[in-house]
Amino acid sequence: MRVFGFLTVYWRDMLRYFRFRTQLFSSLLQPALWLAFFGIAMAANFDRIMMGDTGALPGVPSVGYFTFMAAGVIAMNVLFTNLFGGFILLFDKNWGLMREMLASPMPRRDIIFGLCLSGVTKSSFQATVIIVIGLLLGVAFFVGKTAVEVAGSLVGIFAFIAVFAIGFLSLSTAIALVTESPEGFQGVTTLLTMPVFFASNALYPTDAFPEALQWLVAVNPLTYLVTGIRHFAIGDHFTAIGVEYLTTTGDIALAFGALLVFAVVTFALAWRTVERAVIT
Amino acid sequence: MDDAIIRVDGLRHRYGDFAAVDGISFTIGRGEIFSFLGPNGAGKSTAINVLTTLLRIQEGTVKIAGHDLASDPQAVREDIGIVFQEDTLDRDLTVAETLEFHGRLYGLPRAERAARIAELLELVELTGWAKVRTKRLSGGMKRRLEIARGLMTRPVVLFLDEPTIGLDPQTRLRMWDYLQAVNREGTTIFLTTHYMDEADRLSDRVAIIDHGKIIAEGTPLSLKNALGEDIIMLCTGDDRAAEAVIRGMEGITGVKKDPAGLTLLVAGDGTHVLPVVMHRLEEEGITVISVNLKKPSMDDVFVHFTGRKLRDNSAGEGH
Ligand SMILES: Nc1ncnc2c1ncn2[C@@H]1O[C@H](COP(=O)(O)OP(=O)(O)OP(=O)(O)O)[C@@H](O)[C@H]1O
Ligand SMILES: [Mg+2]
Repeated sequence: MRVFGFLTVYWRDMLRYFRFRTQLFSSLLQPALWLAFFGIAMAANFDRIMMGDTGALPGVPSVGYFTFMAAGVIAMNVLFTNLFGGFILLFDKNWGLMREMLASPMPRRDIIFGLCLSGVTKSSFQATVIIVIGLLLGVAFFVGKTAVEVAGSLVGIFAFIAVFAIGFLSLSTAIALVTESPEGFQGVTTLLTMPVFFASNALYPTDAFPEALQWLVAVNPLTYLVTGIRHFAIGDHFTAIGVEYLTTTGDIALAFGALLVFAVVTFALAWRTVERAVIT
Repeated sequence: MDDAIIRVDGLRHRYGDFAAVDGISFTIGRGEIFSFLGPNGAGKSTAINVLTTLLRIQEGTVKIAGHDLASDPQAVREDIGIVFQEDTLDRDLTVAETLEFHGRLYGLPRAERAARIAELLELVELTGWAKVRTKRLSGGMKRRLEIARGLMTRPVVLFLDEPTIGLDPQTRLRMWDYLQAVNREGTTIFLTTHYMDEADRLSDRVAIIDHGKIIAEGTPLSLKNALGEDIIMLCTGDDRAAEAVIRGMEGITGVKKDPAGLTLLVAGDGTHVLPVVMHRLEEEGITVISVNLKKPSMDDVFVHFTGRKLRDNSAGEGH
């Protein structure tokens, strides 16, 4: 009978999500601004650097930087939403409902389940908005695909986003449960943001990175999410800013598998942490 | 069949080296209202937090509704409800949402949730505030909401940590009535308080707790009777001399001197003892400045067992 406890946690988190209009609005506007300013500005830069040479290969579609980085902006937004998404637990622990939840008969893992579900919802919602805004601004996603193919691609994109969201949201809740202050939480998550975001293929190709950094890129979940989004949104074989991107079905399965492993590990960590949580 | 719904044996809880709960044992019978009466820092909340599984049990054994606290905290959680001492509301949820969340958390069916919420909002007089976010409530209104939340479910045992703190007198009375009604429906109630009248009026049994230890336990009446039937408060021209005269007089079971005067514990009927005392003092040439005869209150019980006044922790000390 206590199977759906996570829906209670989810319900409440969604209430809060849609209650703070300014926060909701800015969380949607921010990626749009990234696209509009960083995307368009950098696209111009890259075009100048490449001096008209798009590095296109015969027979392989070539996409502009703007389209290339749009996938990265979606991934970045999903990353930030979920990496900070555990904050509510810190808030609850210090000023809110944590005691009520911990003393209730709801299994404690449902706290994590519920927040994960809400992270997936928020991420999907935000990704949808970014995709729509991006398409309006001229992002070349889903070029030459039929409606059915687009639907298939979206399923792929959202599956990647969901697993990635669960992974980082779990990590975030675990951090929130062990840190004591908002400052501490902010400190740890911000520290994580840097390597995850910059040692990835979100905004630029990583081929020319030094080896140590290459290694970091290879274990970075964000890399796998971006790869997945590009595969489904742009295609399995394209060139962008002079680099060839080729992803086989096997590559994508591997990327998805890597994200699954990441999500399972962090979920287990969060579960363990919440089971041991005591109020202080 | 075991009558005891809560059985605590040798419970000790340390924060670092400091034992906030220092080896307490007690049992609470099914259907009882039991209170912990003690001053700030006595260890009441620590004990409640352990019993409600919020703090991991360190030492001792606890059984609640037949479940062992250490090995099966989940089963314990199924059977308890709790009103916390601290403010534990989400400031951005409305009053109604706060209760709805709680009802869902405990798996109450939708219809029952709606009915309970309406009934409880009525009880705590927050019906008109249902759609208001909790951050806009006054302190007392928040307290009422927290109590209402604790009453949403009908647990086997309901824990209340200083439930009526900050409530006005009428509201307190109404809360007491309601708690008694809930209790009559079969819920065992364990509350902590530092209000004498609350412990006295509400509970079947009281444990006085200080420095993490239970120093007295019994029904309010038996605790008061331990002090004798009546108490005489006396202020004389020479308390020291008066004490010497009175000590050992027939019918007087105890004399205590403090700066405010003498307190005499009377075994029998004080109205008969008082004239005798007055007469003796007059014989000894000791002037009596004031005299007061009363039944022992929980205040007196507390002073008797702990050697200090409960309310005087901050204000009264030092003179
Ligand atoms: N997390 C903690 N870490 C260290 N010491 C603590 C902690 N919580 C409580 N204490 C100490 O334990 C003792 C008992 O505290 P507790 O909160 O149980 O008292 P209480 O009886 O509930 O008091 P009050 O009437 O003020 O609520 C106090 O001396 C307090 O300082
Ligand atoms: Mg307390």
